[in-house]
Amino acid sequence: MSRPPDDPSDRRRFLRIVVQSAGGFFFAGCLADAEDGGPPAPPGGTAYDWNKFYWAYAVDTDRCIGCGSCMRACRTENLVPEGFYRTWVERYEIDADDKAHVDIALGRSASFDRDALPPAAGRRKAFFVPKLCNHCKNSVCSQVCPVGASYQTKDGVVLVDEQHCVGCAYCVQACPYATRFINPHKHVADKCTFCYHRITVGLPPACVLVCPTKARMYGNLKDRKDELQAILHRRRYMLLKPELGTNPKCYYLGLDLEVV
Amino acid sequence: MEGFVFPNEQNVVWTVMIVLYPYITGLVAGAFVVSSLYHLFGRDEIRPVARFSLGAAFVFLLFAPLPLLVHLGHPERAFNIMITPNFSSAMAGFGYIYTAYLLLVGIEIWFIFRDDMIRRADGRGFWRLVARVALLNDLRATEASHATDRRIIRFLAGLGIPMACLLHGYVGFLFGSIKANPWWSTPLMFVIFIFSAIVSGIAVLIFHYMLIARINRWKIDQACVRSLGRFLWGFMIIAVSLEVLEVVSIAYKQSEEWEILARLIEDRLFFSYIILQFLVFSLVPFLLLGLNALFRFRDAVSNAILWIASVMLLVQVLLMRWNVVIGGQLVSKSYRGFTSYMPGVFEREGLAVAVVIFTIPFGLLYVFHRFVPLFPPEAMRPTTPAERPAPSQADLH
Ligand code: SF4
Ligand code: SF4
Repeated sequence: MSRPPDDPSDRRRFLRIVVQSAGGFFFAGCLADAEDGGPPAPPGGTAYDWNKFYWAYAVDTDRCIGCGSCMRACRTENLVPEGFYRTWVERYEIDADDKAHVDIALGRSASFDRDALPPAAGRRKAFFVPKLCNHCKNSVCSQVCPVGASYQTKDGVVLVDEQHCVGCAYCVQACPYATRFINPHKHVADKCTFCYHRITVGLPPACVLVCPTKARMYGNLKDRKDELQAILHRRRYMLLKPELGTNPKCYYLGLDLEVV
Repeated sequence: MEGFVFPNEQNVVWTVMIVLYPYITGLVAGAFVVSSLYHLFGRDEIRPVARFSLGAAFVFLLFAPLPLLVHLGHPERAFNIMITPNFSSAMAGFGYIYTAYLLLVGIEIWFIFRDDMIRRADGRGFWRLVARVALLNDLRATEASHATDRRIIRFLAGLGIPMACLLHGYVGFLFGSIKANPWWSTPLMFVIFIFSAIVSGIAVLIFHYMLIARINRWKIDQACVRSLGRFLWGFMIIAVSLEVLEVVSIAYKQSEEWEILARLIEDRLFFSYIILQFLVFSLVPFLLLGLNALFRFRDAVSNAILWIASVMLLVQVLLMRWNVVIGGQLVSKSYRGFTSYMPGVFEREGLAVAVVIFTIPFGLLYVFHRFVPLFPPEAMRPTTPAERPAPSQADLH
């Protein structure tokens, strides 16, 4: 044993094990919760007060050029495992018969397959739609998580506690936007964190930072002078699958009916 | 894969284990209902399989969480579900409902088998020790204690029915409450699960009882199996009607999701859903059981019909679980395409593990039977050659 036996954290762990194995699972859990003081303290120390923030995201679909920089940046920033996506860009092509052809920029390079398109001659319109976790106000993923590992922070971000998640994938089933996956290395639920480690120290999310056309925006809904609020007040926007009542906080400017 | 699928949907996350889990809890719930038919509703003809059904419910219940544990990314954290339950989650109740039900079935078994255990405790060897431990070394049995036991058994059998429905209805609710999934999200889901559970429970008892009787050359109790056969017929009609009604109502409403669901049924699930689940494994047993209930065949013929119908219905319920669990995940949440899935055999959540998990309870039942008899003495009478061709005298009502 490297630690002296009277180290309080050791004793506490020991006590917790005793209480739990005695069958008091539930009550021990309540105690443990009380002791931790609810959700984890926001990173960034005292400088960041999460009561002053309510984060939201916006995507201007008219501006996206489908370059995939955001996808590459996200993969690098968050070590997203190969084959899975915390954010992605969809390409829509509406042909002469009003039929939509949809595909996605895939892989590490996040590039589109040029040959997958219908011939340009019959194309009515085409556009790109970036997708990510909507950090829903009424997030089903945290509703269904049996252990409370998926949760909403006070500043409006939906996160997964990797240390607590049991990897049941119920949240993956429940998210209507398919933004979640089970991380193949950690065996826990994984998804966009809004770059929480960045926004809480005043940096933009990686995808917002690298987007060359400002198609991706983020902001603080509690700040009246915030630029994002000004845009949302001026422009018309839409939400993804609003009928499901999840109340996304990712606002889409110029969204087409074809997009789900 | 076909059409457009969101990029994280390329892997189906709930696979064979999550098909097996509701299948096993269904068997539990169904077997329990059968035992209650005798202990609570006084269907005396079911007596030969009454204890057996409770034993079967118990061993399957013991193994019900195993597929879940195999499925979890972090099985070592499984108790989080009881330590830090998030009560807004439908899944959070599992630990509590399961534990409560396990206790209930365990206690009921204890009371029902108490006399046999007392007999064991008087014997010798290993089982003597087991019996004494199980009985807490209290070997008294009087007329008064028997009367008390019977009252307790009745009470537990009564309490157990809503609990069984809760346990299994809850599994249906797990799926039915996922609004993101058009194939799952229907309030009928949990009702369907309850009835199909009862069907599978009765079917597994008929199948297994007849098999054991055959192997041991016991005389099959005709009154018992014929009655079970009629129950099976009734419950399967309800279960299958609900399954059909569910799809018909979505189809008739022609709502947004129907377009993709129609393609799912016509394309992706045509074989396993339309052909197998309905046309073969529902229609054929329905006709067989119907014939058997309406006409009086010779015992041997009737038994063969019942056995085949039971096996087919066991498959039907398994297919139904498959088509729900896997089928639902094939539909992309983009409503524009389908992902595909083929189960592996030797992977962690593969078919081989599933078969092992599913067979252990049967082996355990055998051990159980070595300890205390799962069948009453009259059910274990051997067939004598003279008796074989004669029609059964037991079935007179
Ligand atoms: S988009 Fe999905 S994962 Fe993100 S908050 Fe909403 S329901 Fe949860
Ligand atoms: S996978 Fe993890 S975060 Fe998702 S519901 Fe299960 S325990 Fe919660």
